[in-house]
Amino acid sequence: MTSATTQAHAPTPSEPGQLKVIQDATCTFCGCVCDDIDLTVKDDHIIEAKRACVLGKAWFLNHSIEDRPSCLVEGQPAMLDEGYDRAAQILTQGKYPIIYGLSDSPCEAQRVAVSIADWIKGTIDTTTSVCHGPSGMAFQGVGEVTCSLGEVANRCDLIMFWGSNPAESHPRHFTRYSLMPKGMFLPNGRKDRTCVIVDVRKTKSAKAADIFIQIKPKKDFEALWTLRALAKGVDLDPDQVQRETGVEYSVWVDLMERMKGCKYGVIFFGMGLTMTRGKHANSEAILALTRDMNAFTRFAAKPNRGHGNVTGADNVVSWRTGYPFGVNHSRGYPRFNPGEYTTSDTLANREADCAMTIACDPLANFSQPAREHLAAIPFIALDTKETPTTRAATVAFTVATYGINTGGTVYRMDDVPIPLRPAFPSPHPSDYDVLTAIEQRVKRILGVQG
Amino acid sequence: MNRETFILIPGRTTDQGCGVSEGKFRDKYQKEVRALRVAPGDMARLGLAEGDLVRLTGEEGQSVEVGITAAKKDELPEGLLFIAYGEISSRLMTGDTHGSGIPTSKGMEVTMELVQKASVAT
Repeated sequence: MTSATTQAHAPTPSEPGQLKVIQDATCTFCGCVCDDIDLTVKDDHIIEAKRACVLGKAWFLNHSIEDRPSCLVEGQPAMLDEGYDRAAQILTQGKYPIIYGLSDSPCEAQRVAVSIADWIKGTIDTTTSVCHGPSGMAFQGVGEVTCSLGEVANRCDLIMFWGSNPAESHPRHFTRYSLMPKGMFLPNGRKDRTCVIVDVRKTKSAKAADIFIQIKPKKDFEALWTLRALAKGVDLDPDQVQRETGVEYSVWVDLMERMKGCKYGVIFFGMGLTMTRGKHANSEAILALTRDMNAFTRFAAKPNRGHGNVTGADNVVSWRTGYPFGVNHSRGYPRFNPGEYTTSDTLANREADCAMTIACDPLANFSQPAREHLAAIPFIALDTKETPTTRAATVAFTVATYGINTGGTVYRMDDVPIPLRPAFPSPHPSDYDVLTAIEQRVKRILGVQG
Repeated sequence: MNRETFILIPGRTTDQGCGVSEGKFRDKYQKEVRALRVAPGDMARLGLAEGDLVRLTGEEGQSVEVGITAAKKDELPEGLLFIAYGEISSRLMTGDTHGSGIPTSKGMEVTMELVQKASVAT
């Protein structure tokens, strides 16, 4: 991707006071990446976002032009060039530089970030490591039987959600992709589907379920292996199953019969699995169960991804380094080791000595030891809005918002690439622009030609 | 009330998600990530009321103080707490990721104790 190409995606400003409509704009708030939003734009505000959900409306209507400097160095307004120079100095002077975030950046910017990590022999990690990173590890362990959301809409008659609350995290999931659509083989939409939700908490999503199964906290692994055993016809002690999972044995038997009997089943799983006891073992269990079910019928599993381009981050880092997140370049070639090269660890273990965070907020979302270490080292932060992380950064860039001010490509949660259709231009640089300028300076400092 | 052990589930909520877009220093986000949902049965048993200030302490002694709100009927079984994912809940995570890259961020064991009754604060 060249800068000329990104320029081609730049939005044109509307005449002052005139309304402009952007059809089929793409919402990048969550991993659903709905690309059917009609935006009404007046000057530098979106005043209507037709078809957007509550989260999408909040995303579009609250991203106007930030009244902040595009660059702050040690809290003081600075010229962009000064910020780029300082950022490049920080990153090239560190012995253990880390780059983190990227899940709310377009693929074009992610690609530049990986290049910088490569030049500086740094570690690159994305917010995947603190959401579905364990699922990424599980994909490598047991593989992934996957499908597109289009297949779900057109074919899936058994829809399961496990440890996921799309009613609050992905509000259009049900209506646009999974439960309600009238599909090629599901002419009656919702009536042709059975919805099963498994969770430790009776979430708002539970109301949408035909069957809600409330399991004991921290017992996902045991529940999933109960189903694996039932799929294989292994005898189980009903009392022990109920004691371990908190759910009657007969409920699991009934669910397995439904899973075997459906034409096409899918399990969407969330961070209820990956963030809790078991982590990657939980994800491995659900992926292995899905694989098992294909002996009886067609079955797939998809992680419900949170941020708008977290799936893009996995794809870009994978195609650039061979690994999806937590990649270290200190030996001059990529190495992958979650628990060692992931940002929660490099910070909490006090190994990183400088950092660049892009479209993320570790000073609000990380453990206290990790926050304390990040606050103690020089770091650069890129974000569209002011956050605890940008406030503490040595160099902070206010960047234009992807999908609203800038174009590019994002990946929906099912790995389908979607183009962005921005609404109005921003005076702030894009994260692609900032990262490209930093990369040029890094290469100059390191004496890299070209 | 005596200090008692619970399991804490941080998670996404609609107001938390909208609050991120509005701005993390705005009221909606700050209010949402500081509200601890408690099962009505636990509140009755412990003599807690809406707005009481409690202290949650994690396994390594890290602690936060939050106001409590009654969970909707049947949302939470007794013994389970819920809080919107964010700055406060993350303070209760430990730095250890157990080789996975992610600290245990849901299903955390915490102790809860009363700091101040809402009736006293007002």
